[in-house]
Amino acid sequence: MLDDINKDKKHSSPRTKSSSISGGERDVDYVRPADIPDQELYHGHSFLTKWIFCQDAKVIGVQYTLTAVFTGVVGLILSWMMRMQLGFPELFPFLTAESYYQMVTMHGMIMVVYLLTALFLGGFGNYLIPLMVGARDMVFPYVNMVSFWMFFVAVVVLMASFFVPGGPTGAGWTLYPPQAIIEGTPGSGAGILLMLVSLSLFVIGFTMGGLNYVITILQARTRGMTLMRMPLTIWGIFTATVLALLAFPALFVSAIMMTLDKVLGTSFFMPVMMKAGELLAYDGGSPILFQHLFWFFGHPEVYIVALPAFGIVSDLISVHSRKNIFGYRMMVWAIVGIGALSFFVWAHHMYVSGMSPWFGFFFATTTLIIAVPTALKVYNWILTLWRGNIRINVVMLFCLGFIVTFVNGGITGIFLGNVIVDVPLSDTYFVIAHFHMVMGIAPLMVIFGAIYHWFPLITGRFLDEKLGKLHFWITFLGAYSIYFPMHYLGFIGVPRRYFEMYNSPYMPSTIGMNEFISIAVFVVGAAQFIFFFNVVKSIRLGKPSGKNPWKANSLEWLTPDVPPAHGNWGEKLPVVHRWAYDFSVPGAKEDYIPQTTPPSEVIEAEVEKT
Amino acid sequence: MTDPNLNKLPGGFKGMSTDIGSDQTAFKGVNWGKAMMWIFLLSDTFVFSCFLIAYMKVRASVVDDWPYPSEVFGLEVAGVPVPLLLIAIMTFVLITSSGTMALAVKYGYEKNRKLCGLFVLLTAIGGLTFVGMQAFEWSKLIFHDGVRPWGNPFGAPQFGAFFFMITGFHGTHVSIGVIFLFIFARKVYRGDFDTGRRGFFTTMKSDYVAIEILGLYWHFVDLVWVFIFAFFYLW
Repeated sequence: MLDDINKDKKHSSPRTKSSSISGGERDVDYVRPADIPDQELYHGHSFLTKWIFCQDAKVIGVQYTLTAVFTGVVGLILSWMMRMQLGFPELFPFLTAESYYQMVTMHGMIMVVYLLTALFLGGFGNYLIPLMVGARDMVFPYVNMVSFWMFFVAVVVLMASFFVPGGPTGAGWTLYPPQAIIEGTPGSGAGILLMLVSLSLFVIGFTMGGLNYVITILQARTRGMTLMRMPLTIWGIFTATVLALLAFPALFVSAIMMTLDKVLGTSFFMPVMMKAGELLAYDGGSPILFQHLFWFFGHPEVYIVALPAFGIVSDLISVHSRKNIFGYRMMVWAIVGIGALSFFVWAHHMYVSGMSPWFGFFFATTTLIIAVPTALKVYNWILTLWRGNIRINVVMLFCLGFIVTFVNGGITGIFLGNVIVDVPLSDTYFVIAHFHMVMGIAPLMVIFGAIYHWFPLITGRFLDEKLGKLHFWITFLGAYSIYFPMHYLGFIGVPRRYFEMYNSPYMPSTIGMNEFISIAVFVVGAAQFIFFFNVVKSIRLGKPSGKNPWKANSLEWLTPDVPPAHGNWGEKLPVVHRWAYDFSVPGAKEDYIPQTTPPSEVIEAEVEKT
Repeated sequence: MTDPNLNKLPGGFKGMSTDIGSDQTAFKGVNWGKAMMWIFLLSDTFVFSCFLIAYMKVRASVVDDWPYPSEVFGLEVAGVPVPLLLIAIMTFVLITSSGTMALAVKYGYEKNRKLCGLFVLLTAIGGLTFVGMQAFEWSKLIFHDGVRPWGNPFGAPQFGAFFFMITGFHGTHVSIGVIFLFIFARKVYRGDFDTGRRGFFTTMKSDYVAIEILGLYWHFVDLVWVFIFAFFYLW
């Protein structure tokens, strides 16, 4: 810090050194020498070590992404089948009540854990962290590789549950005991067991990856990359990873305890129960204990998905509106603050569980406090756009789509955060609409935006803009057609998770609405295949992008090779002199100043002082 | 501290974040593996906390009586029942192994290959003794007293469930630690950390800091045992 100030005095005051640094020659080293030696890497030689058991974080990131997207397609197909039943009941005889519950369960678990968590942290995390902080790779590439294969095995185990006798579990994605493991619930035999094993494997695998992400960000940054110069993407992924490392233990423990309840007949979560007039062997356990453990994981999980999305969207908005992010420090503290608060709100998922109302009062208060940093972030995104040089490309469209859906879902969250409003709305379609908007559609918008943004880095080619715009508009308007009516369904009291509700005489208006929603789901689902087609087509035939096509500042675009080679940086690691948001700086030659530009090259410009 | 620039540093909350954030590494001079182990232990702390809090919650809410630990965990020596005898010995052995581990770390940093290896080996033997005594305790409870995960003759059925789960999970941690201690004892004796011999799986060089990282894990496992001891056997 002191050295920095000294150097600021020597070099960054305008004009004083202009004679000696003509031509932008980097003769002066402005940044302190490295704290850490250069990293030694294992270079694979065979196909097996280069592409399968690969230790390169970028390949691992792509592996994570492909596996997660595969599970996502399964989840999408499940949602189609659910909507077939809800929109057009009795039209498809293979959709029984049992299979419907199994689809609901698998859809929820796949989308939340195996798609979104794995995609944001495993996919984007692996690809972007080393590149954005200027490291050659993750700190422990071998452990990172094992992490992916653990995740892969978890997915295999999860998918295997579709094929076991009794099918996958149909307990709802929350897996509440006692019904999750007693006979009568679909998949209460092998299905729930495989689900619990898969979750445990996921947690173990994620922990290996997560430790890598955290330590890479804290200890392996390149010279000059201070924490407050990191792109917000990294801040989001970092905070989400810390949350995951502290929240997944609760899921892990509850999975172990429920496995024991199932296999050994312990009674951790199982109270005294009668079944068909007979007393079950279970005695004296506490189902609410499971709910507390599950939601101690479950609520931070929402932010594990949301925080990387917040971070990524901040960067995308900044780059594509050619303006520095408004209130960078505020954004960082908001991410960290939301992360910390997310550990104190879990019981707002349990207002109707029968816990003490005073408990609900406390959790309603903490829940509403989270709205403050979250709203602050939304204002900052809008203020970043304000008077920016906005480029309405596909990336920006998805960012704007994100802001709208996120605000929408956030506002319904305020309804549900209050105990007195939540109690009548609880377990209705209002809840479905809320969480799909806020942690389904909104993060997906960011994922798509991010893929359109970083695809040129990964493949060297652009995705097709026309197909992209088609994909965006169908997805965005379609998502609204699906979830907006669901708010209404919730208000008139349509309960969630019901297989069939047409016989309820007091809600005739739901029939047409359900048909409408179902058709929208089919269309939106099909539109995703436009995106897959676009990806496959553009890998081979897309327009070549060249280096740094978006004219971004952050390090991932400044590698010597595009796409980046193993080791990322060639001979010399980059040296960072500024934050990632020097866009449209007054006095600068271009409207962007990459993070590696030394002060000598921008002596006329009003750049950030750190 | 006479540097005049010191006054220009930001103070207060902002100063705190600059202190942490302005260097290349957040933990200055800390080895990557060591930092990683600390964060892992934090995560593992949450695992054990969840187990123990679940245990406390259930113990506070069960309707049946909780078995009286000093009777259940007692041994008869020459016809006289001694409460908590085995547990006392187990705890003593485990804590002692923490001491030998600390010595191994010290000799590791002195690059004293033989003594370092010896103390890693002693630690491994201590851990193995602990696991052995735990196996004895489990078999006594299962075969002699009839304690099962789903019930027991002394009272609340959750007693056996939590006992086997928590001590089993801790025992697994100790066993994993013992395996690694034996592996690392061999690596130290062979001089891997002096010659820079590459790891079998990772193909990376390592040095004596690996012993300290292993030590962190081992001390953590001991510390967890202290909590299990207090909450299970003394409550």
